[in-house]
Amino acid sequence: MQLLFEQLLNGLQLSLTLFLLAAGLTLVFGIMGVINLAHGSLYMLGAYAGALAAAKFGSFWLALPAALIAAGLIGAAMEWLVVRRLYALDHLSQVLATFGLILFFNGTIAWGVGRAPLQMDTPALLSGFVQLGPGLPYPTYRLAVMGVGVLVALGLWYVIARTKLGMLIRAGSDKREMVAALGVNIAGLFTLVFGLGALLAGLAGVLVGPIRSVQIGMGEQVLITTFVVIVVGGIGSIRGAFVGALLIGMCDTLSRAYAPMLLKMWLTGALADGLGAALSSIMIYLVMAVVLVVRPRGLFPAGG
Amino acid sequence: MRLKTLALASAALFALNAGAHAQQAPVKLGILTTLSTPGGYIGEDVRDAILLAIEEEGGKLGGIPVQTLIEDDKLKPGDGKQIIEKWLETDKVKLFTGIIFSNVTIATVPTILESGGIFVSPNAGPSNFAGKACHKNYYVASWQNDNLHESAGALAKKLGYKKMVLLAPNYPAGKDALTGFKRMYGGEVVEEIFTGLDQSDFSAEMARIRAAKPDAVFQFHPGGQGIGFIKQWAQSGLKDQIGMVVAAPSMEQRIAAATGDAAIGIAATAHWNTDFKNPESQAFVKGFMAKYNRVPTVYASQGYDTAKLIGAALKATGGKLDEDAFRTAMLKADVKLTRGAFKFNNNQHPIQDWYEVKAVKGADGKVALETVGKVLENHKDAYAQDCKL
Amino acid sequence: MGLNRQTFAALLVIACLIAVPYVAPMLGGNYVITLATRVVILAIAASSLDLLIGRGALVSFGHAAYFGLGGYVVGIAAFHLANDVPIFGWAGSNEALVVWPLAMLVSGFAALLIGALSLRTSGVYFIMITLAFAQMIYFVFIALKYYGGDDGLSMTSRNLFAGTRITNAQTFYWICLSALGLCLLIQWRLVVSRFGMALRGAASNERRMAALGFSVYGYRLVAFVIAGMMAGLAGALWANLNRFVSPDMLGWVRSGEFMVMVIMGGLSSLFGPIVGAAAFLLVETALAGWTEHWQVAFGPFVLLVALFAPRGIWGLVSGKGKP
Repeated sequence: MQLLFEQLLNGLQLSLTLFLLAAGLTLVFGIMGVINLAHGSLYMLGAYAGALAAAKFGSFWLALPAALIAAGLIGAAMEWLVVRRLYALDHLSQVLATFGLILFFNGTIAWGVGRAPLQMDTPALLSGFVQLGPGLPYPTYRLAVMGVGVLVALGLWYVIARTKLGMLIRAGSDKREMVAALGVNIAGLFTLVFGLGALLAGLAGVLVGPIRSVQIGMGEQVLITTFVVIVVGGIGSIRGAFVGALLIGMCDTLSRAYAPMLLKMWLTGALADGLGAALSSIMIYLVMAVVLVVRPRGLFPAGG
Repeated sequence: MRLKTLALASAALFALNAGAHAQQAPVKLGILTTLSTPGGYIGEDVRDAILLAIEEEGGKLGGIPVQTLIEDDKLKPGDGKQIIEKWLETDKVKLFTGIIFSNVTIATVPTILESGGIFVSPNAGPSNFAGKACHKNYYVASWQNDNLHESAGALAKKLGYKKMVLLAPNYPAGKDALTGFKRMYGGEVVEEIFTGLDQSDFSAEMARIRAAKPDAVFQFHPGGQGIGFIKQWAQSGLKDQIGMVVAAPSMEQRIAAATGDAAIGIAATAHWNTDFKNPESQAFVKGFMAKYNRVPTVYASQGYDTAKLIGAALKATGGKLDEDAFRTAMLKADVKLTRGAFKFNNNQHPIQDWYEVKAVKGADGKVALETVGKVLENHKDAYAQDCKL
Repeated sequence: MGLNRQTFAALLVIACLIAVPYVAPMLGGNYVITLATRVVILAIAASSLDLLIGRGALVSFGHAAYFGLGGYVVGIAAFHLANDVPIFGWAGSNEALVVWPLAMLVSGFAALLIGALSLRTSGVYFIMITLAFAQMIYFVFIALKYYGGDDGLSMTSRNLFAGTRITNAQTFYWICLSALGLCLLIQWRLVVSRFGMALRGAASNERRMAALGFSVYGYRLVAFVIAGMMAGLAGALWANLNRFVSPDMLGWVRSGEFMVMVIMGGLSSLFGPIVGAAAFLLVETALAGWTEHWQVAFGPFVLLVALFAPRGIWGLVSGKGKP
């Protein structure tokens, strides 16, 4: 029972990390209509900026703003130089252009920073564990990441449901021409939204820095999963991204935790272990396929 | 204009002179390695170490001038094969090295061997070419893949761990790692956990380990995955209750640096380490740090040793790549390597010693690997008996 | 005028492809032929994807699955023959005339299953669901230890073609080129037929085509299966070229590269994917040969093509550069 609780907590933690990535991507996708494969690169750049700043200043608390500033600035530059030209083009050209950006960012990091993974430690303040029950210590840092995820979700909900900007964003994701016809500065709105998406990606990057490896290609590792999340949730919907992240994060964690054990009821040990691992590798894709077959526009289609 | 002409003329003259003095055309060495993708840092270290060995001799190996061709295989077997074909056909290269990953090795090595080329592996030693399919022009200067995990198994046994949980990614190299480990471990395996190929969050596995209550775990997650695993291991608090034994790919100099304090206390095995006292190793570490301003990894030492072995063979043949003469010279391995004692087995894979290494905090506050003692002596691989060489 | 320029460009492409074996000895021998063979095989895969993306507006992000499956059929058939272990009572085979059609059948069957489910969605959801299925197949082959898993599966030799071993690089090039020609011919016949009109009609206005009594779903599914079979053939040829198959043939990066080739070459044109495959492979090969930091140059190259040649290189060359 306690183990199940712990695994659920692990699933929640993974879900909230996924949500940070998915929120930015779904906004950019839903409102601006741009498929940004380089969203993962912004996550990587956030992690690199954070790790480099942490190494230079010796403090995680300086790494955090450094990562946000770097991701925000690079995101804004990306919007201004490249993404702005993609609005008029079809999804295919967007895929092509942002695929080029992935190569460029990976190559540039290898050239400029080096190929070796970077060090990034857990901040001292958050390095211990919290005793959640007898025999159940849980890493403080992971609880903190969960807290940030919840705060971001609440913040986004507030912005979107309660502010003028949010109203424009909601309107923009449904009827872009209408918003433009009402005299709203669409270009400005788009830069803002893209910058916000980049900022969230950078935040996710620096937050996972002490948990995962800060290395080239870390963006592509999460990119596909993030796309799965927003597609399951329904593109353009923050609520969908949140529910999608929960569904995917939970399914992934729980299948890794329990699939081999369940299979052992029918199969021999080694076969069950291997098959269970294979099943959990494809679990998120399986979930997406099932969701899309039943609901072809995701769980919460925006504007539907 | 006149200055330029003069410069050109003198350059031509110099080239002519050099040509007259040169004994022979340089031997071409094709270095196909992985420089992009997350595994790029491994290829970079191997390549840089080979180039260091050549530079130290003033552009020569074993006194024979060497010309290198270097290209990134992008970790795509097809691309690797294409580059090898180009070198074989258009550049007439006969001697190859540099490949990091087993899948690229398996795809490209047959092409090299069929064309009469010679391959010396600085890293991967897949079982495919260690047993029945061994070849007289295929040498492995690093290790047979299983050796890495056998040494870790022997270390776990030596440390007296009775109950262990084993973890590896769910692909054949991962399963081979567990097989290799169990071959030498002999204790009870409570649970085998297989992880995903690109998995970066291991919290579910940590909870399973905690529930299984082993004495120690063995995990095989090379490179970035290993870094993530070790960080999360330390955060989960398991580090203080349960031991961890790993093989070299999951704890080398780069991983120790990237994980920092989280790595301290992890027991690992390797066939070389930066603190080896033999003069060859000390000179190599000094030279590598001076030229590249970073600590060499165990991969770098393999690249350097590969270059030295090739150098010794070239010296004996006078730079001729005649198969049989080269083989005779190569198998003698008549050179002092950074790792110390080294012999080729009948399948042309190494017979060498394996050591226990441990991550410790150095005087400068940085985490480094420290050699503790020997785990295996004159260790061979399990496939050599099937090789008819 | 535009048409003349297009015809001229098409003839130039054909002339170049036919000239390869004759000029290769002057340029560097077999390596050049092998490189051209690579272009031709990738062009088959890319053109089959263009049938979906260009003609049908069906953006499949999992096309590598059919390419990889085709390759694995060849690899697995050879594996069983070489190791003397029958598979489902079949000894395996090394005969191209047996295993290549089999590869097409298996890939086509996979496309039928995946297409039947995926075509219920549209737009971005279609992109993602095709990707999802491809990733599942990818992970299955990664974990399949019996067939080498991520290390891949080598073949001791190329297939026999009607009993004769294909060792000669030129012969193999001609075989691949013929396969490309055949695929293009079939596509051309399809495109001008009622089938092609229905497919294109559905791409621009699905409701109207449905109202006219066309079974849009059915036409799309047939296109999906045909494209899958052609990609399977390309995969079978690729396996023969490398004498090696591995899961990297199936991965999403490979699917992405096919898409890049199609878009770079130019959509909805028979010759665009050939030009795209050639440009992609040759530029990447040249840059990677020139610098280890090839990605820093190749990325912007891809980006510039996307921004300034939305009709692809073929669009520029054939005078249809303006959308």
